[in-house]
Formats: sequence, C-alpha cells, structure tokens
Amino acid sequence: MALQSLDIRRMSATTVQEPVARTPVTGTVAKLIDVSKCIGCKACQTACMEWNDLRDEVGETSGIYDNPRDLTDQSWTVMRFSEVEKNDGNLEWLIRKDGCMHCDDPGCLKACPSPGAIVQYTNGIVDFHQENCIGCGYCVAGCPFDVPRISKKDDRAYKCTLCSDRVAVGQEPACVKTCPTGAIVFGTKEDMKVHASERIEDLKSRGYANAGLYDPAGVGGTHVMYVLHHADQPGLYHGLKKNPSISPVVGLWKGLTKPLALAGIAVTALAGFFHYTRVGPNEVSKEEEAEALHEADSIRESEK
Amino acid sequence: MSTPNRDNDGNPLIERYTPNERSNHWITAICFVLLAVSGLALFHPAMAWMAVFLGGGQWTRILHPFIGLVMFVSFALLVLRFWRHNLIEKGDKQWLKQIDDVVNNREEKLPPVGHYNAGQKLLFWVLILCMLGLLLSGVVLWRAYFSFYFPIEIVRLAGLLHAFCAFVIICSIIVHIYAGIWVKGSIGAMVRGTVSYGWARKHHPRWFAEVVRKTRD
Repeated sequence: MALQSLDIRRMSATTVQEPVARTPVTGTVAKLIDVSKCIGCKACQTACMEWNDLRDEVGETSGIYDNPRDLTDQSWTVMRFSEVEKNDGNLEWLIRKDGCMHCDDPGCLKACPSPGAIVQYTNGIVDFHQENCIGCGYCVAGCPFDVPRISKKDDRAYKCTLCSDRVAVGQEPACVKTCPTGAIVFGTKEDMKVHASERIEDLKSRGYANAGLYDPAGVGGTHVMYVLHHADQPGLYHGLKKNPSISPVVGLWKGLTKPLALAGIAVTALAGFFHYTRVGPNEVSKEEEAEALHEADSIRESEK
Repeated sequence: MSTPNRDNDGNPLIERYTPNERSNHWITAICFVLLAVSGLALFHPAMAWMAVFLGGGQWTRILHPFIGLVMFVSFALLVLRFWRHNLIEKGDKQWLKQIDDVVNNREEKLPPVGHYNAGQKLLFWVLILCMLGLLLSGVVLWRAYFSFYFPIEIVRLAGLLHAFCAFVIICSIIVHIYAGIWVKGSIGAMVRGTVSYGWARKHHPRWFAEVVRKTRD
C-alpha cells in the first residue's frame, strides 16, 4: 500500500532508529482465523479482490477446490482445501485461508535491500510500499511462508496488506467484514488471544483434544493467527509449518555478514593507505634503470 | 603508434600488454566497478545510496545481472590470454613465504620472478573461483528470468554465496588496485602497454631476461 498515516516501527534497509515516541498503548492488532468455523465459501477472497481492486486472470479448473491455485500478485489470499483421512476412516475437510501471516519478525523485511520498500507499522502490520520496491525478489527468499509474489507487469512485490488502509481509519480488514460465519475476526492481539482461548475451550469440549492457537514463536508471533482443531499437526492444513522461522541462511546473509563484510572491505582499503604512508611506494631508481639497460646489452651481446 | 618503444627521454621500453589485452582488461575493470557499487547498494543499507550509479534501485536490479554477464565473458577472455603465465612455478611458494620482504620493498631478497609473481597468480586463481561463484549464484538470484526454476533453499544459498564471493573479489581487487599504485610503473603497463627496462628487471627479472633475449632495442 502507498504511504499512509500509520506510525512505522521497522523499515527495510534502514539502520537508524525509527521514531518511537508514539506507540499504541493497546498493543498490536491481529486477525484471528478460526479454521473450525470456515465453510470455504471464498467470500473473503472476493472481498479482498473488491476492496483492493484486484482482478486475477481467469484460470482453469484442475479438479480441486483451490481457486486460484496459488497466491499471485492479484490474489493476496487463497482458500486451501485439504482432505484428510482420519484413523477411524472418516474424512476431514480442512480449509485454511492462506496469505501473509504478518510476522512480528518479518523475514521479507529482513531480506529487503531497498530502503522503505517493506515496513512494519507500530500496530504490527507488515506492508509493501511498491513505489520503493525494486523487484529483486529477496523478500521471496526471506519469507518463511512463501507469500510475496512479484508482478510480471511492473516487477514489484505484492501481498496481503491486512487492509492497512482500512485499519488506519478504524475499520477491520475487508475479509473480516465479509466473513458470513464469523470465522475471521479482528482486534487487538491481546483480545484475539482471549477470543481464541474461548474457541479452543469449546473445541476441546467437542472432542478436539489438540485444538490450539497458531501464533508461531519462531517468527516472533504473527499478526494473523489461526485457531486449529489439530494444533499439534499444523502440516495437515496444506503444509502449514510447525515451527516456522527465518531461514538460518537468510539470517547469515542478512545478519552478521553485512557489517562484517563492509568492515572487511574498509579495512582492506585502509591497509593499503597506511602501507603507502608507512612503507611507501616501490620505485625504480635511476641507477636501477641504468643497470637494466647495461644488463640488456650484455645479454644481447652474449646471444650473438 | 599505439605502443611507443621509447619514453620521452629516449629510453627504450618493453611492451607488456598489447592494445587488445589492455582493452580487454579495462572492459572487465569498468564492469567490475559498476557491479561493485551497484552490488554494494543492494548489500548494505549504508551503501544504498550507491544505487545512483546505475540510475536508482529499479535500474540497479535490471542492469546489474546483464553487466555481470559482460564482465564474466570479458574476464573469460582474459583468462584465455593469461592463464599460461599464471601456472604455479618453483619459486612461488618461497615468494609467498617471504611476504614480509614483499610488503617492505625488499625485492632483491625474493626468488627471481617470471611474467607474474606468486601474488598475481594467487589473485588470478581467486578471481576465477569468485567469477564462477558469482555467475552461478547470480543466475539463481536473477528473479526476472531464472529464480523461479530453483527451490527456495537454493535461492537463499545463492544469495549468501553471491555475497561471499563478492566480498572476496572486492577485497582482492582493492589489493590489486593498490598494488598498481604502490609498485610505480605498473599502471603505465596497463594504460600505455609499456614498462621501462628497470621496472621489468626489478619486478620480473626472469621475464626481463626472456624478453631481452627475444627482442632488439
């Protein structure tokens, strides 16, 4: 989304402290998706298209309910349908609304080399500012959830904004507004956790002993959380990662390596400067030139 | 004449690099500088301002890989031209052991050097490794055309490898440039193509003897 009136907590490719005088006293926000309440109607997908003015290309049906088949620069959320056979022979149809998880420690932001192309607002929302995006695709490598998509039209990265423009003026995201079963709710992260615990209690009383909240600590928690009936096996829900975290390779690439390498380069250049000012240049004296000419003559003489 | 055989004082000169070799070197060098500044712009926020050299962030992302290809091809030609001079010889190990004498300008104590000294040879082989690493990882990182062919873990490793090779090559080239400034007469070799008899005898005595034997003043 374009620049808007939300305070920024973190900005990509920026080393200075962001302004922190104003921090929301109510904490951050979160969207809670109760998978057990979702009926897979895809109204959220439609609301997302409508509010964000997105129109993906009409694809082809491939025999499964996922439509479109994957997230794209025009489809920021996709319902993932998983058919799971249980031990007692019954079938469970698990439907997960996929999209950006708005990590508290966002891998995309860590990987982004373009100042201000990815920001995290003080309310926790992670947003892409396409006007600053250079299209390198490092955010794709940084994301633990495979969410960002680069547009072929403008070579800029897109993903769910958590409707930061709506949130900025006190409204809930479009998907939340439209969800007919109340499976998606929005509020402060604190409130959402309380709401989730009530839902989990209810699910447990209905026989889902492993019901729980998905708010993975490996990425500092997320600002999109799930209530899962099988929280012990998040992989059932279209391969949702159990312990997602920023890849250690990205951590190394974008972490300690950066200042160390820069210091190494600076030290190498300085070493040259100080060598020159201490030892001095290696020059050929007039005598050495004369000796060389003399030696050349004698070599040529002996060759004759 | 492109490569004069006398300096302004009438002293004879030895040709060290032909015009084609020099152009080949400088095409590689210009590409390297553009790649280094644009690469550093993407590498660390403190260097982000360097994106101006290729016309901003978007242009940096677009042009950097293409310039990289030009540099690789140009460098490959340099390798074809110079690899014979960079084979490791007997005195090279000893030369490296006496690096203390090298940096303190005590060249007379070193084993006689041929066309290139052991440091130059080391640079040559390090550059080859870095160039290969940069090319392979660079292709994987090239989002517009290639990245989507590779699994995400490979793309991440490519990012790290690209940064590592770039670090090594930038430091190596800083040493290379400094050596040119430090050893007076070296820049002339690559700019004008010629060196004085004294320069050749002092820094590359075995090459000097060889050239003198083959040429007439």
